Amino acid sequence: MAPEIGQFTLVIALCLAIVQSVVPLIGAYRNNISWMAVGRTAASGQFLFLIISFICLTYCFLVNDFSVLYVANNSNTKLPYYYQISAVWGAHEGSLLLWVLCLAGWGYAVAVFSRALPADVIARVLAVMGMISIGFLLFTLLTSNPFDRLYPAAVEGRDLNPLLQDPGLVIHPPMLYMGYVGFSVAFAFAIAALLSGKLDSAWVRWARPWTNIAWVFLTIGIALGSWWAYHELGWGGWWFWDPVENASFMPWLVGTALIHSLAVTEKRSTFKSWTVLLSILAFSLSLLGTFLVRSGVLVSVHSFAADPERGVYILGFLAVVIGGSLTLYAWRASQFASGGRFDTVSKETMLLINNVLLVVAMVTILIGTLYPLFLDALGLPKLSVGPPYFSAVFVPLMLPLVILMGIGPIAKWRRVTFAELFSKLKFILLIGVVLGVVLPIAIYGSTTVMTAIGIAAGAWAVITSMYAIARLVIKRDSSTSLGKAISRIPRAMMGMAVAHIGIGIFIFGVVFTSAFSDQKEAAVKIGGSVELAGYTFTLKGVSPAQGPNYQAMRGFVNVEKDGEFVVKLFPEKRIYTVQQNPMTEAGIQTGVFRDLYVSLGEAVSASEWGIRVYYRPFVQWIWMGTLLMAIGGILGAMDKRYRTAPVKSDNLQNANLKSSTATT
Amino acid sequence: MTPKRKQRLIFVMVLIVGFGAAIGLSLFAFQKNILYFFSPSQIASGEVETGQMFRLGGLVVEGSVKRESDGITTIFDLTDTAGSITVSYTGLLPDLFREGQGIVAQGKINPQGIFVAQEVLAKHDENYMPPEVAEALKEAGAEHPMSIPKTTM
Repeated sequence: MAPEIGQFTLVIALCLAIVQSVVPLIGAYRNNISWMAVGRTAASGQFLFLIISFICLTYCFLVNDFSVLYVANNSNTKLPYYYQISAVWGAHEGSLLLWVLCLAGWGYAVAVFSRALPADVIARVLAVMGMISIGFLLFTLLTSNPFDRLYPAAVEGRDLNPLLQDPGLVIHPPMLYMGYVGFSVAFAFAIAALLSGKLDSAWVRWARPWTNIAWVFLTIGIALGSWWAYHELGWGGWWFWDPVENASFMPWLVGTALIHSLAVTEKRSTFKSWTVLLSILAFSLSLLGTFLVRSGVLVSVHSFAADPERGVYILGFLAVVIGGSLTLYAWRASQFASGGRFDTVSKETMLLINNVLLVVAMVTILIGTLYPLFLDALGLPKLSVGPPYFSAVFVPLMLPLVILMGIGPIAKWRRVTFAELFSKLKFILLIGVVLGVVLPIAIYGSTTVMTAIGIAAGAWAVITSMYAIARLVIKRDSSTSLGKAISRIPRAMMGMAVAHIGIGIFIFGVVFTSAFSDQKEAAVKIGGSVELAGYTFTLKGVSPAQGPNYQAMRGFVNVEKDGEFVVKLFPEKRIYTVQQNPMTEAGIQTGVFRDLYVSLGEAVSASEWGIRVYYRPFVQWIWMGTLLMAIGGILGAMDKRYRTAPVKSDNLQNANLKSSTATT
Repeated sequence: MTPKRKQRLIFVMVLIVGFGAAIGLSLFAFQKNILYFFSPSQIASGEVETGQMFRLGGLVVEGSVKRESDGITTIFDLTDTAGSITVSYTGLLPDLFREGQGIVAQGKINPQGIFVAQEVLAKHDENYMPPEVAEALKEAGAEHPMSIPKTTM
């Protein structure tokens, strides 16, 4: 029964999405308030029915209903219940259901939190979100129905892919999808602005927090994916420039550009059409990412061509959404009057360069990801574009970005001079360079030019961001207490500084890990040991162990440093009983300044095992940094001015007048 | 120049410089960092220069896997059913490496004609055959069942 209810509620959700995309739009066109109000009701209803549908599928997993094909393919009676729940989004069909659920959730949030927004704006925004929803609901129902029955029912399920049986992977897809789909809100706002021809500062004040929150989800989602890869793949790496990773990183880069361009549009009412273009681009890249991952095109262009149904649908949808919105953009964008003027050297120009660098970085990643696919499709020689390509293009683009990141926040709008900036930042520059040279040598006794530059960039990012906040406190007048001055710092400023410090921490992690990591692979007899970076890893024994749905050989590795006990690690080699897949489960001790990481290989003989040991300095800083970025994004979205939203949108002339008289 | 024009000029200049840099960087990086894929029969017909880094794919020949005395170096033959080549790899092999399995290795051919792999990849799915390998097998005229693996985000 549950699968039928799930299927039925999916169809109802589709009907509601159709209503949501048509009625409010007509209402906005005819200025009919009650028609416009339908958008909110439909969005809430759609969300409700998708929740029911999602619960139905989860229920099928929990009761092991193997008469449902998707459940039979991705679950098993022996699978622990928490992985039965996460198996709901463990493969294609279920993850699409999660996708539409997230989309409906965002739609519902917009409907609830938009009371202060003009009725016609919210009607258009919800209508656009309804259209996207139609596209994905149809895709789910027509090509990837998770409720398809299997007759006769399977006796036992094929189990969830063992790689996905990890806590990181339980929350990684929902976070990632919330991010992907979250950009649909900014996209819908942009399309609504194009349709109405109105893009004023009220519009931006509304679009900004939504974009921030979507970006936060995407940031956490990507970070979790990287953390999962580090823990689960047993190779000690944290980023592989794999096409699937790139698919999520490209919208992140453009989303980051969008956050910055929205700031300019709000404060100076300029960059308007560029902001709209970035909103379209960020969501288009989310869709492209979905296409790349979901169509099978990455696995092989040929397997895609052999079973093209899903791929062709998404490709068609992609063409309609991107083509349609860009056509609308070309037609309507010129009407946005640009506002405040600015000089060649100004905060505006710096943010413009920031945007171009981020978009350019995205383009180079796009080229590297799609180029092999194109060649393959044309039947040309097969080649692979690996991490060396991406490092070669990405690092040189990020360096100027980080330098600008220190200067931008303290530069004035409209006009600033190099001399002024230099006099403010010269000490930080000096400290950064000194730290870059000294830190690696002080900690590790050696360095390279690239390492020094990297650490200097990280230090620069951290110190300049602290300075950008500190100067607000230092400059306070004598009557204001220190605590008051700190509490008066706008949340948005605080958020920016925290996120930028996060980037600095992230850079420290990346640079130290890449420069000073060490690893060793060896065949070790029981009782024998491996020396690495001053640590002695002794293989005390290997014994069989039994998990709920796997059997394992568990190694016992004792780690000592200078004769002192450090930690016991238990790396495992697991065989999952249903799919008979071997899996390496690394034994890891995480620390603030270094991780110790052991994976168990094959048995060379009864008493000798292959083991791989890693010493990874500062690797946790990578995820600490991304966490700070996410916290920064949340702080930014919580800024006071987004809560005291204007009841009616002020008109363009007023906004321009205000911003051109403002000095900062 | 009016401020308006100046502003446009800034925009256009930044865009041109930015995207010029993107294309330049990409092309430069492509020249140095692209790896071509070859099958054992292509190597046999002399399509690969010695010392060139490339990717090699095929099936691990049954009964060919031998471990060197250091316990960590493995020697095995890789075939596309038409040609075959000996591969040597020092390090732990991926979980799914086994005889009869399709794998992709990255490395160079040494003067003795042995492919010295720096990296060995075997994908994480029972039935999974790397697409390049499946393709190469087909070209070499071998029949091998190929299945599409589940993709996960």
